[in-house]
Amino acid sequence: MRLYAEVARRAFRRFSTYRAATLAGAFTNTVFGFIQAYVMVAVFRVRHDVGGLHRVDALTFVFLTQAMIMCVGLFSAGGDVAERVKTGEIVVDLYRPVDFQGYWLAVDLGRAGFNVVARGLPPLLAGALVFDLRLPGPFEWAAFLASLAVATVASFGWRFLVALVTFWVVDDRGPAQLSTAVVMFFSGFIIPLNFFPDPLRWACRALPFVTMVQLPIEVFLGKHHGLDLARVLAYQLLWAAVLLAAGRAVLPRATRQVEALGG
Amino acid sequence: MVDVGTIAVYRRLIGARVRSDFGFRASFAFRLVSACVITGLDFAVIAVVFTKIGRLGGWRFSEVAYLYGACGVAFSVAETWIGGVDYLAVRIKQGTFDRVLVRPMSALGQLATEEFALRRIGKLFQAGAVLVAALVAIPVQWTTGRILMVPVTIAAGAVIYGAVWVATAAISFWTVDANELGNALTYGGNYLTQYPITIYSAWLRRLLAFVVPMAFVGYFPSLYVLGRTAPSERFGLPSVVMFSSPVVAAAACAVASAIWRVGLRRYRSTGS
Amino acid sequence: MAQIELVDVVKEYSVWHRAGRVRRQRKLVRAVDRISLSVAEGELCGYIGPNGAGKSTTVKMLTGIIVPTSGRIRVAGKDPQRQRIELARRIGVVFGQRTQLWWDLPLADSFDLLRHVYRVPHDRHRANVNAFIDLLDLGPFMQTPVRQLSLGQRMRGDLTAALLHDPEILYLDEPTIGLDVVSKARVREFLASVNRDRGVTVLLTTHDLTDVERLCTRLVVIDHGRLIHDGTVAEIKSRFGDHRTVVVDLEEAGPPLEVAGAEVVGVDGPRQWLRFDRQATTAAAVVAAVAEQAALRDIAIEEPDIEDVVRRIYSGDAASTPDLRDDPSRA
Ligand SMILES: Nc1ncnc2c1ncn2[C@@H]1O[C@H](COP(=O)(O)OP(=O)(O)OP(=O)(O)O)[C@@H](O)[C@H]1O
Ligand SMILES: [Mg+2]
Repeated sequence: MRLYAEVARRAFRRFSTYRAATLAGAFTNTVFGFIQAYVMVAVFRVRHDVGGLHRVDALTFVFLTQAMIMCVGLFSAGGDVAERVKTGEIVVDLYRPVDFQGYWLAVDLGRAGFNVVARGLPPLLAGALVFDLRLPGPFEWAAFLASLAVATVASFGWRFLVALVTFWVVDDRGPAQLSTAVVMFFSGFIIPLNFFPDPLRWACRALPFVTMVQLPIEVFLGKHHGLDLARVLAYQLLWAAVLLAAGRAVLPRATRQVEALGG
Repeated sequence: MVDVGTIAVYRRLIGARVRSDFGFRASFAFRLVSACVITGLDFAVIAVVFTKIGRLGGWRFSEVAYLYGACGVAFSVAETWIGGVDYLAVRIKQGTFDRVLVRPMSALGQLATEEFALRRIGKLFQAGAVLVAALVAIPVQWTTGRILMVPVTIAAGAVIYGAVWVATAAISFWTVDANELGNALTYGGNYLTQYPITIYSAWLRRLLAFVVPMAFVGYFPSLYVLGRTAPSERFGLPSVVMFSSPVVAAAACAVASAIWRVGLRRYRSTGS
Repeated sequence: MAQIELVDVVKEYSVWHRAGRVRRQRKLVRAVDRISLSVAEGELCGYIGPNGAGKSTTVKMLTGIIVPTSGRIRVAGKDPQRQRIELARRIGVVFGQRTQLWWDLPLADSFDLLRHVYRVPHDRHRANVNAFIDLLDLGPFMQTPVRQLSLGQRMRGDLTAALLHDPEILYLDEPTIGLDVVSKARVREFLASVNRDRGVTVLLTTHDLTDVERLCTRLVVIDHGRLIHDGTVAEIKSRFGDHRTVVVDLEEAGPPLEVAGAEVVGVDGPRQWLRFDRQATTAAAVVAAVAEQAALRDIAIEEPDIEDVVRRIYSGDAASTPDLRDDPSRA
């Protein structure tokens, strides 16, 4: 456990050295947040309520998606793990006396820990300065952070699976892009799932992606209380566990693939 | 300056690039498809929003779709032909930008053609399809002027996007770590122009009209094509702005090339 | 006429480094410090110096890749940065560390692309390619993608690429780095012939002093961005090599000799090596002292080894500190 904590700490430090990149990235998130916010403003000029969201919810929603995106890591499908597979270095990793998936989860959590502050606060603060956002009380904050942590793990579980595809297809960028598109659409990232017609909305709730964006934001907005909140967190945990387990199940097959290719 | 011979050389550089891309044919097809899907998401958002409301900023769905399509086609043309400059930061870091500078051709031209990415035309198909559908659907009386304005919008728009692309890529001459800043202006700019700028607040509208001239890519010329009220009534701008995209495009080019040249003089290569 | 001319050229890089946890400080690094140099047409000039001396920086300024902070550079009478494109047709460059070729394409394709980039007439191009295929033995891997070539093969490809358009001037930044003995010899031979037969002016940067000794008529040494020597290889030896070695073959083997002002640095049977300081004594005196002690069969005087001389220059303990280093205006 000490080892994984140390790995996570290193990853945190590593990301904190990319200062200009972080600033530029936070700026980009803020710009996109603003554009989406204005679309929402236009929508809520005509409507009072969309699928249970009000204007203030929707505005908070779009800035939160921009604040969470780097923490949850939606864009980094493939990433380091896929790179290791492509270069064949994974063979070395698999012989190390550490758990492969655990190691990369630790790296990802370190990365997320850095991004939650550095990439999360700027868009949220900028949004709150210009628009009226719903900023919750301490309890919701705590619940949100817990939910966000689970979302990150679930997202990692998914991205790990996508990276393993590299074992079979050589070039990871195609699957990574497709995965990004799917996750963006079904997680509530590009538009709150509340905007979807009911059947689609319920279908989305049955997919793992809802646990990565939509649910943490609903927690932030205080849409779930008491037992309901516990149910939401449990549902997220369930998906995180399922995805991690799926990764573990696929990994040995994937490595056999490497050995068959001769490393 | 750009004579037939030069164009032929650029064509060969693009050819070389495409040939080496096709080394990974299967993944190329995969990426083309996924690029189509990913860029289609923007339109999906618009479509989803319009299931909830009838008008956005006073515009109908078909009108916003026209704006989206025209901007999207212009953007993808720019992205395909000049988007390779995005790789400037990578090339500088790898030290492979130097070799562009020892050859007797424009550094910008070489970069754009050497990093030409055929898969980027995925968006062209997707935005083109939306544009065609929108042209059929928009309720306007087609006049010669309006018909002519459509290709002019696209051409001028592509040039403006291209200029923004070059100007923002040139940031890498100052710092190689901030090329995401460029993305905020290129992809973010494209995202902005997909909506009628009436939905934005006054300061942002002014920024788009006067500083980063994104309003001239889609919004102003579209007012004319769609037969909407002239901008004078909303912005206090003369109606001529509806027709001035080509002029703005030329000015944007001049500014971008000046920034590029200053950046090139600042270029410091790498240590080894 | 001077093909390459530098007058008081300075290049400063500003680098940021951490000062404390968050703050960063800007520091100016003078990579090239007021270098003046002029290389005539047809010369083959070695340009050496220790790591970080500023050699690559100089070459980059000469090609117009980077702009000098101050000073004046003229290559073939032109400003390399302002007239970069015009000049690029007339110069060839090889950066040994990095290829100019298209990574994923066969060598033949790269050469063909370069024909178009430089607009070389078809016949001329074919003649050149054929000549270089012969000279550098490129035939077997013309159809191999560059990324699959070995370092030595790639370097030969790069050399060819730099010369296909018949440049008047050739800059070589470590063209023999990582090559085996045979390849090195071949590349040297090739460079000599390019310089001799085609009259190309060559500026050669290298860490292999054998390259310099075999090839260069002239040798420029820089250190910390400053020019510390400019002359022939022989001149540098006589200027910085203040030791000579007398090799004596005695009639019979014996214990190391004792000679004032000289030191025995090697004994091999009847042969002994005596090193002496030129300032302190002369070869004649040493030989005379030896002859007094033992019967001589043969004598030879060895010039200092270039490696040795250069090592001493780099490490800063060359005896005759040249005037160039003490620049009163900088004190
Ligand atoms: N792009 C750069 N940015 C900052 N400093 C640089 C850069 N390029 C070179 N330097 C610095 O300038 C000095 C000279 O570097 P240069 O590469 O010219 O040396 P060199 O003589 O070619 O050395 P080597 O023999 O190691 O190749 C070094 O101190 C180096 O750290
Ligand atoms: Mg060097």
